[in-house]
Amino acid sequence: MVKVKFFAVLKALVGKEEISIEMKEGSTLQQLIEQLKEDLPPLVDIMQKGGILISVNQEVLGKEAVIKDGDEVAFLPPFAGG
Amino acid sequence: MDQDRIRVQTEDFGLEEETKKLLACSKRIGGVVNFLGTARDFSKGQEIHKIDFDHYPGMAEKRLSEIRDQALKDYDIIEVTIIHRVGEISIGENIVLIVVGAEHRKDAFRACSWCIDELKRITPIWKKETTPEGIVWVEEHP
Repeated sequence: MVKVKFFAVLKALVGKEEISIEMKEGSTLQQLIEQLKEDLPPLVDIMQKGGILISVNQEVLGKEAVIKDGDEVAFLPPFAGG
Repeated sequence: MDQDRIRVQTEDFGLEEETKKLLACSKRIGGVVNFLGTARDFSKGQEIHKIDFDHYPGMAEKRLSEIRDQALKDYDIIEVTIIHRVGEISIGENIVLIVVGAEHRKDAFRACSWCIDELKRITPIWKKETTPEGIVWVEEHP
């Protein structure tokens, strides 16, 4: 299982803070996004808007990154600290 | 990670206390520059009633630690403390504190400015403002 976390405005729009999803061995972040868009329709508009970073185990990676069982993926809207 | 120098916390912090703690780490410090960010009651033409900060636990601290390490490497400074509050913050309260100690002021000013810019750029912390018209998740940070 892959743990997927949503923060800030994404948490509010998706309506969930965290979900777990089963992915095939060798799946990429892009494939995870496609799967999540089916499960969580609000994510379609959010991803189209752009500016969302995705981290795997707290490191920001590109959509081609391969994910594995036990990974923690997070969708990160534009930062606004300080 | 230096847990006393890098903190993400709900509770308030003391400017004087943190400055003293930093000064205690080295007698070679000849200048301290502080940046204190506070919650203001007006933003983009709208009144703000309160602010809430969300963060990614673990990753936020890691990024702040990386900023401290990079500042110590790139600038001629002696020590850096970075503290960011999260959760609900009332207007006028403290949000973020950066304390930089150096032998000379110019390096301390430059490093402090770089640290707050970098914090805003790479740290997974998000701000929600409550206005009379509703809730706004802030996406820009001048």
